[in-house]
Amino acid sequence: MAGFLLLWELLVRLGVSGFEGIPTLGAVWRAFWDKYLASAKYWQSWVVSFERVGYGFIVSQLLGIPLGLLLGTRRLFHEIVYPVVELLRPIPPLAWVPLSILFWPTAELSIVFITFIGPFFIIVINVHDGVRGIRKEHLWLARSLGARPGDIFRRIIVPSVIPSIAVGMTLGIAVSWNVVIAAEMIASDAGLGRLTWEGYVSHTGTTVIVGMISIGLAGYLSTLAVSYAERRMMPWQK
Amino acid sequence: MAEVIKYGDIAASGGKMRGRVCAAGLRKWYHRPSQPPAHVLEDCSFDIEPGKLTVLMGISGCGKSTLAYMLAGYVRPDAGSLTMDGKPIEAAGRDRILVFQETALWHWMTVFDNVIFGPMSSSAMTESAARAKALALLARFGVLDFKDKYPGQLSGGMKRRVELAQALINNPKLMILDEPFRGLDVMTRELMREYYLELFEETRLTTLFITSELEEAIFLADRVLVMSGSPARIVKSVEVDLPHPRKFEVLISERYVTIKEDLMQALYGHGAVEAIVPGEEVRA
Repeated sequence: MAGFLLLWELLVRLGVSGFEGIPTLGAVWRAFWDKYLASAKYWQSWVVSFERVGYGFIVSQLLGIPLGLLLGTRRLFHEIVYPVVELLRPIPPLAWVPLSILFWPTAELSIVFITFIGPFFIIVINVHDGVRGIRKEHLWLARSLGARPGDIFRRIIVPSVIPSIAVGMTLGIAVSWNVVIAAEMIASDAGLGRLTWEGYVSHTGTTVIVGMISIGLAGYLSTLAVSYAERRMMPWQK
Repeated sequence: MAEVIKYGDIAASGGKMRGRVCAAGLRKWYHRPSQPPAHVLEDCSFDIEPGKLTVLMGISGCGKSTLAYMLAGYVRPDAGSLTMDGKPIEAAGRDRILVFQETALWHWMTVFDNVIFGPMSSSAMTESAARAKALALLARFGVLDFKDKYPGQLSGGMKRRVELAQALINNPKLMILDEPFRGLDVMTRELMREYYLELFEETRLTTLFITSELEEAIFLADRVLVMSGSPARIVKSVEVDLPHPRKFEVLISERYVTIKEDLMQALYGHGAVEAIVPGEEVRA
């Protein structure tokens, strides 16, 4: 970490080719201290991006987990719906941006939709594969002990797929941050992605770097929150 | 207070002789996608006597687990008849509990919740009765201190004892143990054998014990069924008349050696199937 910062400082100060436009560490810090720390607009960018990721991610889980469970447990439903999932899944989330802008009435909704679509297919596929991977012994034993189908679903199938849900959430939150930044650069007037982009447009190197560090930090904080949720979901994993 | 429960109380209910299994002419083909169909069982016939510990022996992969799954009601035979106490076995049920090769304890439930699952989900007893019985069984199996732990925190031997408690709380008529001690280390395995034998001799709970180890088979069995061939059937049935209660000394007795040779002949001997003398043939 210290080595990386030192290298950055050195490369810029020595004027190594390609680094002329990059601000020094000190300049970035000063810019942050003077321009952003007390700026309502800067913190508003955090709030806006977090809201977009939050809504998109939460809705993707609320819809994706039940859909994955249905696909994994209902044969007929699987046969009808799974081919559609397989068809749409390889489309990168950012490829949805133009259609999303055309479809949704506001830019805000279209960006939230993009942060939704990214983690959505990931969680659906993970939950579906999780259900498919349940050990048959776990289901058989429940049948032998007299459990009814509803009990088997609630007490065996759902807990069995929690680890798959956790994997899907970890991958999904990262994708959600990836796409929100890109979508903001393309189609928004607010958010951390927009802040960084504005820095580029106005040739303000310090703003670009402050934006990048803020995005990294925001992603890291979201990952912490997701891991906390995962640990709470799996008390048996210590 | 928990310690006073006797194994007798655990299994005793209903008639004395329970768990008589009759299997006749069982056939099974497995059809799996992108694989040639496998003919696992053909004309497989045997019976399991109530109150006896019957061992099913055969080399790995010969179809022993398939037979266990049929008895438990998870897999249906393509032909033949399979009954317990005169009633055909058609689905899974609490009267026949299978302890799987790999532990099937639900790792997301505590030990206690695993054990109490049967009575709670079948509403066979009141919650307080089920809780009391679960605690008593856990105490009897020496795992009461671990009741709030998760299975992942237990040793292999402890998991097996929890699975026995999980099964016995349902008063099954038949216990099916599919190579239950295979993954355990040698010491634990020997302890568990003695442990199960002790439990069996106290409860006389009709048991089918599946193993691919000759020594284990003879040490435990009242009778050994030898399964062989592809498709497999029961090729030999050997009464093991070694004295009870069995201790490890029986493994050096002369009678043990005779039985062992007999079984080895059936398992590996040249033309094992043809070598059966009419008098020794298995009852169908």
